[in-house]
Amino acid sequence: MHLYVLRRLLMTVPVLLGLTVIVFLIMSLIPGDPALAILGSYATPENLARLRADLGLDLSLPQQYWVWLTNILQGDFGRSYHLNRPVLDEVLERFGATLILAGTSLALCVVIGVAAGIVSAVRQYGWADRIITLLVLVGISVPAFWLGMLMILLFSVELRWFPVSGMYSIYGGGDLPDLLRHLVLPAIALAVVAAGVIARLTRSNMLEVLRQDYIRTARAKGLDENRVILGHAFKVALVNLIPVIGVQAGFVIGGAVYIETVFQWPGIGRMLVNAISTRDILLVQGGVLVVAASYVLFNLCADLLQYWLDPRIKA
Amino acid sequence: MIRSLALPKGLGLSALALAVAGLSAPLAAQTPPNVLVVGQIAEPQSLDPAQVTAVNDFRIMMNMYDGLVRYADGTLEVEPALASEWQISDDGTVYTFTLRDDVSFHDGSAFDAEAVVFHFERMLDEDHPYHDTGSFPLAFFFEAIDSVEASGEHEVTFTLDEPYAPFLSNLAYPTGLIVSPAAVEEHGEDFGRNPSGTGPFQFEEWQSNSRVVASANPDYWDGAPALEAVVFRPITDANTRVAEMMAGGIDLMVEVPPDNVAQFAEDPMYQVSEQAGPHLWFLILNTKEGPFADQRMRQAINYAIDKESLVDNILEGTATVAAGPIPPAFEWAYNEELEPYPYDPERARELIAEAGHEGAELTFYVTEGGSGMLDPIPMGSAIQADLADVGLDVSIETYEWNTFLGEVNPGLEGKADMAQMAWMTNDPDTLPFLALRSEAMPDQGGFNSGYYSNPEVDALLEQARRSVDQDERAALYKEMQAIVHEDAPWAFVANWQQNAVSSAAVEGFRLQPSFFLLLHEASKP
Repeated sequence: MHLYVLRRLLMTVPVLLGLTVIVFLIMSLIPGDPALAILGSYATPENLARLRADLGLDLSLPQQYWVWLTNILQGDFGRSYHLNRPVLDEVLERFGATLILAGTSLALCVVIGVAAGIVSAVRQYGWADRIITLLVLVGISVPAFWLGMLMILLFSVELRWFPVSGMYSIYGGGDLPDLLRHLVLPAIALAVVAAGVIARLTRSNMLEVLRQDYIRTARAKGLDENRVILGHAFKVALVNLIPVIGVQAGFVIGGAVYIETVFQWPGIGRMLVNAISTRDILLVQGGVLVVAASYVLFNLCADLLQYWLDPRIKA
Repeated sequence: MIRSLALPKGLGLSALALAVAGLSAPLAAQTPPNVLVVGQIAEPQSLDPAQVTAVNDFRIMMNMYDGLVRYADGTLEVEPALASEWQISDDGTVYTFTLRDDVSFHDGSAFDAEAVVFHFERMLDEDHPYHDTGSFPLAFFFEAIDSVEASGEHEVTFTLDEPYAPFLSNLAYPTGLIVSPAAVEEHGEDFGRNPSGTGPFQFEEWQSNSRVVASANPDYWDGAPALEAVVFRPITDANTRVAEMMAGGIDLMVEVPPDNVAQFAEDPMYQVSEQAGPHLWFLILNTKEGPFADQRMRQAINYAIDKESLVDNILEGTATVAAGPIPPAFEWAYNEELEPYPYDPERARELIAEAGHEGAELTFYVTEGGSGMLDPIPMGSAIQADLADVGLDVSIETYEWNTFLGEVNPGLEGKADMAQMAWMTNDPDTLPFLALRSEAMPDQGGFNSGYYSNPEVDALLEQARRSVDQDERAALYKEMQAIVHEDAPWAFVANWQQNAVSSAAVEGFRLQPSFFLLLHEASKP
């Protein structure tokens, strides 16, 4: 048991190290020039050269990578050229906002997806199943940013129930109800696709399990039907769902980029989009690294959870 | 049995509905009284005037700082600000400014001659102790300065290397806004996030990607502002910005998408303001090699592009047709007699035939977006179609803005025949001096990416920047425009009309030709 956990933990180290190389290479391979982004229209060759030297961009690639890596290992992610503040401050600030949004979305899509999937499976080919299947199809097919825009038009502009964008009110607010008011629309828009995927997989897994002999045995023993479905069948189906939810967590964080742009949520997705267009290399590298590391961590948790739940791995 | 399963789910849904209903107390007027919330197009980069190049950031800073001089309301002509008066020596190299003696920075330190000296030396003097607090991208605006001295407690003397007429105008530009030395000393390279100036509003807080808040400076030398505070919100997505305006989440927005202007204009709840500014959208033509080395081909392009249709249909009236290299916003220097090249495909075909370039294949660099570039991809496609119409085969290569500049700035030779470009400037000298002179070739640090060279133009520009007499300068620029119009090193396409939408409650606000946003006089009950 401990050995498995330890092995799984140690495996993340080369993965993260490989990540730093890839992130670094991608940023150095895309065309463009951070010095040019900083100087804007009036970038003369002389100023560009001076600024490149200031930014350490005149070093060779391996040198640049080495400087960056050794600094990171000491907890120094450098300064963002564009925002002129420490990368780590910015990334942590923004990542917190993304976690609030993505975490809420993930909770929503798991609850809704699993509930819809179970109902669908239990009432296969019934009305509820048909309606849910249709909704799932729509949910998976509709682009999240477009849905977000429609929600803004309906619930914010027409009905004025929720604010259009942002995370807190500009004036006053700042408390939990204020945050929740701002969170409702983006969290739902972000949850829709993943909820659809989870509902589909829950349904198929549950159908698979419900056909098994031991379920028939449990029913024959006269166990309460709800206990059979939730206690026995779902517990088995859940083992297969855990890694799916882990993967969906990654998609939710990825999807946050669009949703954060539509709802102007001050998260890391929007930060990365801006940082890429301004060639803010250190900020992109720091941001991607933190996102990727958290994704690796999610998957690690999902694996460990599955290991803990699945009697076959334990045996 | 199974029915009981539906129950908890139903319960959950109604609980959710209840929770949602509880959170969604209808939001009536969302912005508080006497606070103006402005929808900006992007997060600012910095609030240090010596660091900034983007109009988006200028819009905030012009309300927090003052320069020695400023543009008079509704014009691009300078008037006194922190300097109450000034003298220029006869040879145009010594400028002596008398400063106001009743001004303090927001951090409480006094504004005096030493502060002015500090501001300019920090940018220009590599040995200055605070020169390492930034990269000063626009310091070259003040390259002409040989020395700046405090010739009295409230008197500053600038000595220039040579006469440089745009100097006053550059002082009114954001790069000339005076920063508090005490605040720079305190915050070092973080000054840009902890700004301190003398302006009508003082900095309160900057929450990354949420807001920049500035409150009224009650002691402002030019009268306290009517507003209690201004909040600048970055809303990068244009559709979201419009939705915020419609939902009452912001009071004022700039750079309204052309599609939405008409909708706001019809609604009595909103006011739309429009203002031409010193902006030019043009095509750089490669005059060194290929078809555009021939002047007739360059003129042909100017005839072939249907500029009216471009500004009416693609830009939906948010721009006007450009006639030459200097935008009409510089009223005093603009040559009224120049007419834009008319749309005349027939004439274009004749010129192409004369030059012997029928069916020429051209490479055209287009960008996806960028500062002042308006709607570059549709504009590029329309131009491509217009040129196909006169028998020219144009292939478009599209680049993201940063990459595009990296391709275009070093010059078009060996790469392209034409490229889109746009500039927003503060003086009629800037653009032609940096992009049309023989000595402004890319390898000499200039922006003459199409390699245009005409000794007459060089001489006129040189003379105009040395003259301290505005009428004389105007005459020189007008002559220069006529020559450049004829030589056609560029295809002159459009001058942007800036727009803004505000709620009907906002008063005392008007757009400025400088593209700055001045909120000192604005009010909102």
